[in-house]
Order: sequence, then C-alpha cells, then structure tokens
Amino acid sequence: MTALRPDLKAIADIVPKSARVLDIGCGTGDLLAYLRDEKSVDGRGIELDNKRVNAALAKGLSVIQGDADQDLAGYPANAFDIAILSQTIQAMHRPKDVLADLMRVADATIVSFPNFGHWRIRAALAFKGRMPVTRNLPNRWYDTPNIHLCTVADFSALCDEIAANVEGAIAIAPSGAVRSFQPGSFAANLTAETAIFKISK
Amino acid sequence: MTEARTNPDFSLLPPGTGQVQAFDAPLPLENGAELPALQVAYQTWGTLNDTRSNAVLVCHALTGDQFVLGPHPITGKPGWWEEIVGPGKPIDTDRYFVICANVLGGCMGTTGPRETNPETGKPYGLSFPVITIGDMVEAQARLIEALGIDRLLAVIGGSMGGMQVLDWSTRYPDRAASVICIASAAQHTAQNIAFHEVGRQAILADPNWADGDYLAKGTLPRKGLSIARMTAHITYLSEPAIARKFGRNLQDKDELSFGFGADFQVESYLRHQGSSFVERFDANSYLYITRAMDYFDLAASAGGQLAEAFRGSATRFCLISFTSDWLFPTEETRRIVHALNAVAGNVSFVEIQSDKGHDAFLLDEPVMVDTLRGFIDATAKNEGAGS
Repeated sequence: MTALRPDLKAIADIVPKSARVLDIGCGTGDLLAYLRDEKSVDGRGIELDNKRVNAALAKGLSVIQGDADQDLAGYPANAFDIAILSQTIQAMHRPKDVLADLMRVADATIVSFPNFGHWRIRAALAFKGRMPVTRNLPNRWYDTPNIHLCTVADFSALCDEIAANVEGAIAIAPSGAVRSFQPGSFAANLTAETAIFKISK
Repeated sequence: MTEARTNPDFSLLPPGTGQVQAFDAPLPLENGAELPALQVAYQTWGTLNDTRSNAVLVCHALTGDQFVLGPHPITGKPGWWEEIVGPGKPIDTDRYFVICANVLGGCMGTTGPRETNPETGKPYGLSFPVITIGDMVEAQARLIEALGIDRLLAVIGGSMGGMQVLDWSTRYPDRAASVICIASAAQHTAQNIAFHEVGRQAILADPNWADGDYLAKGTLPRKGLSIARMTAHITYLSEPAIARKFGRNLQDKDELSFGFGADFQVESYLRHQGSSFVERFDANSYLYITRAMDYFDLAASAGGQLAEAFRGSATRFCLISFTSDWLFPTEETRRIVHALNAVAGNVSFVEIQSDKGHDAFLLDEPVMVDTLRGFIDATAKNEGAGS
C-alpha cells in the first residue's frame, strides 16, 4: 500500500475501528481503502468524477457517482458513525445544507479544509492585492473549483450557527505534523494551513 | 442431461446449435398457474473452477437470446455482447464460467409460446401462461442449480436483463456475490408500458397473427411484428444518434419521391430492422415478454417500499446508466441507488456520458468497460475466484 496523504492520514487516525463511514468526495478511494484495510471500516463513498469512481471500484470499494449537494437527502438518519468531508466543503454549492445533512446521517462528521485565514494568504492579499495562489490553493480565481473558501474562524462560527458540537480541531502542517487547537484560537487561524474539525450534534 | 425437445418443428433454435436442460417438475408461476414442465436453452463459455465460485450469469434483454457470443445460429452475426464477454474482456471467459439462458417465454429453445405444450402435443401459442420477470429468474435458478452452482460470482444484464438482475438480488440474495444492473429500472414506467402497448397492438392488428394461432395456420404476422420492432427500435436510440447516423439523408435517390416509399435513410433502416427481426423472433414471445416487463415492479412486490426489497442484502451492487438513455433514464437507476443507500446496501453507481441512447449498453463504451472490469475483478478477488 502506498503511503496515505498526510491530511488523509490525520483523518484516518481519528476514525474509530470498525466504524461505518461515508466519505464525501472520496476521489479514487485511497482513504476508504486504507480505513478498510487498517481499521476494518465498513465504508461508502460519493464522488462526482466517473474516472475516479472507477478507480475506487477497482479497489473493491462501494462508491456512487453523485453530488453530495443533491444525494444526501436519500440517506436515513444515523446511517453512519462517521461522515468525512475531506478538502471538499469549499467546492460545494450549499456547504451549510450539506453539513446539516451529514449531521443527520452520521453521528459525527470530520471536515478538513484549507484555512483561508493562514498568514501566507492574508499576506498575499494584503501586500500583493491579488487573489492568493498557494501550494494549498494552486488555482487562480477564475479557474478555481473552490467557490466557498473559509477561515478557521468562519468555520467555527458556522458550527455555532448550526448548533454543531466541536469535538476537536487540529491543524496539519505540510510535513504532516499535527497539533490540536481550540476552535476560537486566533493563533490557529493564522498558522493552520489545513484544518480538521470533528463535529457532532 | 435429457433431450426433451419433443417437437422441435416450430422452435427457432436450429437443432444441435445449443444446450438444453429439461426439468420434469412443474414450474409454479407468479400468476398462480404452473408450467407442467420446463426446458431451458443456454450457452456457456469458459470453465467452472473446482470450488464452483467463478460462475457469471448473463441475463439477456427483450429481443436478445443466449448467444452472447456469436455466430448466431440463425443470422450468422456476432453475439450481442462481444464487447463485454470473451477472452481478456471484462467478463473474461479465460477466468470465469459464463452462462446465458434464453428467458422463459422466449423463442430460442426455452419453454415459451412456440414450444410444445406436453399436455396437448401442440405449440402453446396463447395457451402459454402470462409470465413475469420473477418467473424468468426461477427458470434460470433451476438451471444454475442443475449446473451445480450454489453461488454465482455475478449476475449481470442490461435493460430487461437488468430487471432480472434486480429480481435475482432480492429473490436469492445469498446466491449472488454481486449483481450488475445496466440501463434498467426497478419498475417499468408508464411511458415504457405505452410503447410496449403500441408494439403489441401492431401484432394483434395483423390478420396473419390469426388470434395467436399462426403456427397452426401457417401464416406469419410479419407486418405487425415488424412495426412493433420499428417502434421499439426508435426508443433504443437517441435523437443525436439518429441524426449522426442518418440526418435527413435520402435513400438511393437525389430528390424526394412525393410518395410513401422509403425516401429517407432512417425509414429504410427501420424497415430493415423490422423485416430482419421477423426472421429471428416470435410474435407471441414478443407479446409475453413485453408484458412481463410491464408487470415488473420490485417496490410493489416488497410492500410498496423499494428499499425494503433490498434490506439485509449482503450482495455487492453495481449500477450503470447512460446520460442519453430516455427509455431507462438515470433517474430510474438513482431510485435504486437511493433505496440501497437507505438500507446501507453495498452499492456502486456510475452514470456514463454517452449520446447513444439506451443501446449504449450493447456498444463499445470505454467507461462502462472500465467500470465492469474494475468491479468484477474486485469481486473475484474478494471471493477468491477466477484468478
């Protein structure tokens, strides 16, 4: 097995063994395959792109081609222990509704996203006056799929708004180094490149 | 194996061109009647392994038959799914034991209106009972049992074949490790019933149909069956596919004839489709099989909730639809996906971009080929079969 991307590994580490997992935007299924093989997870995936769906099927995973913006409504309440939104929420049309749906279908939801409050991004905008292009967010403003970028502080505020309980928040450095932070932390909002939240009802 | 074809005079299956399995026990049917005896005509490819774990059942569509690979004994043409089945293909006959049986009610050797009613010694004709997709599956299940297979690696089919696949998954969930349902639905829609009704009425209106007794009368409802086929064939295509293939091109002429001959290529094509169909298909079979499709409603047989039909199933599902299929649109497949999601089924689903309409499942669609290869290989690995 090839090594899992550091942010996916960080997510995998907080998924309990033998959990029932729904991975939204599962891509080629690397995380789901890892969770199945290493943590005996019973996993399902949703992915927009049919080439990626095919790659996931070839790994023996159960993945449906679909759009979480539309398809989550069909799932019954509490069908999963864990839902995962890995680097996906910022590309969704209705992120707030999707989160509400996930809180319904899963006992807990793990969300990872690029923190738009990171100091490099702030600096790019402040000093260059241009939309930031970073290693984490490599697209330019006109070709980015990321239509709903947010900061750690924004996401914390959304959690309050939808009455989600934040069970934990961690920041991941590009090296894969992980550290926990308090959701309201000013410092984390400045220094976390990628943030992972675990939320529940 | 018994040679039970007591009166092959009317069978369209030429003698000696296929395998036939006979069953002496009556077959109870969904309508309450029973068939006094059953014979199932089928073909196989590949070799059953020692653990009998590498068998794949292919279910054919309305006008298909057991000749997945050719040459077809009547037309001499290639089989209907040579894109998918064969050495090195996704359903690899070097690795899997592949079975396809003519459906109950069909006309290529399995018990149907053309075959002989043992109680009268004459062809069944309209005395053949109205059968269902479930009855077709029961006939297949008997064959699979006779072949000594407890559990199939996969049951796969498109269109009406997909209906049989879904029925298998709910009727015998423990006897299929996986099911693959392509361009199909859990119920026949009102629009599809409507198209079938047009086809049936065309057959019934043909005087040569002779109230279903054309075999005895020595007539053949060519016109009726041909029109049924022409109508149906349009529903298998898509507007872009017809436009690309024919446009408004004229057939063997430079200007309009101002008559009712086949001025346009598309007319000529449909007429050919109709007339060649009559040579290889039986009019009464067409009535019975279209009816079976119309009656298919998996949710109704599960108390109204489709999800209930799948509850508790450990079978792996793979569902495939095509964007331009207006006969079995993606929405129908999504209903199945959502029902499976609702009961935590093991479901995979791909919607394939294609402008070829419903017939896309029979054609070279690279994404479909990749999907099937990935899914079937993974299932085989999981089941320890077909290596």
